[in-house]
Amino acid sequence: MAYQPGSVAVVGAAETTRLGEIRDMSQIMLHADAALNAMQDAGLQPKDIDGIACVGQMMPQQIAHYLGITPKWVDGTTVGGCSFLLHMRHAAAAIAAGYAQTILITHGESGKSRINATPRPPEPESLSGQFEMPYGPFGPATLFPIPVLRYMKTTGTTHEHLAQVAVVQREWAAKNPRAMFKDPITVEDVLNSRLVAYPFHLLQCCLVTDGGGAIIMTSAERAKDFPAKPVYLLGSGESVETTLISQMEDFNSSRAFRVAGSAAFEMAGIKHSDVDHLMIYDAFAHLPLFGLEDLGFCKRGEAKDFIWEGHTRPEGKLPLNTNGGGLSYTHTGMYGMFALQESIRQVRGNAPAQVPGVSLSVTHGVGGMFSSSGTIIFSNQRP
Amino acid sequence: MEEITTVLPGPQLPEETGKPFAGSLPKPTPESAHFWEGCKRGELLLQRCGDTGKAYFPPRPFSPYTGTRHVEMFQASGRATLYSYVIHHRAVPGFEPPYAIAVVELEEGPRMMTNILNCPQTPEDLVLDMELEVTFQKMDNEITLPYFRPLKKEGN
Repeated sequence: MAYQPGSVAVVGAAETTRLGEIRDMSQIMLHADAALNAMQDAGLQPKDIDGIACVGQMMPQQIAHYLGITPKWVDGTTVGGCSFLLHMRHAAAAIAAGYAQTILITHGESGKSRINATPRPPEPESLSGQFEMPYGPFGPATLFPIPVLRYMKTTGTTHEHLAQVAVVQREWAAKNPRAMFKDPITVEDVLNSRLVAYPFHLLQCCLVTDGGGAIIMTSAERAKDFPAKPVYLLGSGESVETTLISQMEDFNSSRAFRVAGSAAFEMAGIKHSDVDHLMIYDAFAHLPLFGLEDLGFCKRGEAKDFIWEGHTRPEGKLPLNTNGGGLSYTHTGMYGMFALQESIRQVRGNAPAQVPGVSLSVTHGVGGMFSSSGTIIFSNQRP
Repeated sequence: MEEITTVLPGPQLPEETGKPFAGSLPKPTPESAHFWEGCKRGELLLQRCGDTGKAYFPPRPFSPYTGTRHVEMFQASGRATLYSYVIHHRAVPGFEPPYAIAVVELEEGPRMMTNILNCPQTPEDLVLDMELEVTFQKMDNEITLPYFRPLKKEGN
């Protein structure tokens, strides 16, 4: 049976009490802090939760035990920073199938303080250990931007266009008291900031912070009885491509983006012109460009002009990354949870930089250097 | 007297430094052992799908195009073009910054990650689609890595 758009809803959503540098919490406590805040938002206790999803080897067991939850549905999908979008998609199917009634999705990451953080050891026998690591990549900043010069050559995108992405997101961050960086910046500021991995400068790379978030989902029928106005899940999509960025099919477009995005739009039965608000996971400045094009908001090569002309900035026709994004708001290492939280706030109407009249929001996530993708479409109206 | 050496940006190769490579080296698996053995002999080995004839990389004993186990190994020409890259500006063990982490497109079609040797590590010198050729560097007794360098044209 096909998923009925709007048959599952978000009834609780919250981030950790603080974001940024959190020296007094280990990674598991960041999960718990966010989960407790989300349960308070929904008016629930751990005994009311019967399904759980989070990222990491053996982590669902740890989170369930730590929070005192007895789940009858579990998802440990771990595909990088968009994993939470996939958790939401899987949870919606599980609720529709009757596997669980009330599902909690948690994220916590001590990305900056690294207190009990997940180690990421290089494995010399893995595909990346054999065919990429010997050539000196060192973290996402050296891998994620590898397609950018090819994309620039194909599309005529300039360094100034790629700097403008960071400038516009800072405009949104200025309206958000919880954003890490709020001071206005110019294209010149971006291009004069320290080169990290050419063509990208420091201000085109995401932050590194501590924090977390949690989401509680249930059926639309039950959602009516919760304190907050339900945020309905209309559509979703997911895909993976390759963990080797050198082996991406196309350096000008992400196959995983296209598969996830088109599935979500088709399931929701919406047009691009229906979308009031958009979040595209921005670990680095090229991702909003790839996202706008691969989701079909812009034709190939036209995203640079769409952003340059101001359509994604405050007062623009397609407000994008309205919390300030991974570039200016926060980025624990797996930012997808924060993109989801901002879409939920915008649809609920309580975002710090609230866009007037948001009814329909799209969150689009990426994981592990274009290796995975998820898309979620939210609405405050049940179709 | 201490020997004075000039450290050039890029991978710090044992042949040039006289020291073991401080970076990460691959550990071959049953599926890739032939590739690494080929590198030791100075041969860049690819595989070809038995159904479509299309080359693929990285190595595996079946075709990612059709799933057939009927595949053929062959020696690539070693010719490639520069497809895309970043220039990393921070020090990493085994590398002197700034150094390019590049992806090249082999003449036979597949792409692979590499470093570009014998070339200044600048955007002006690293031009997309420039012609390259493979060159092998012995890293230790077990591992020889394929790198690429600007193609030396005959008659120039």
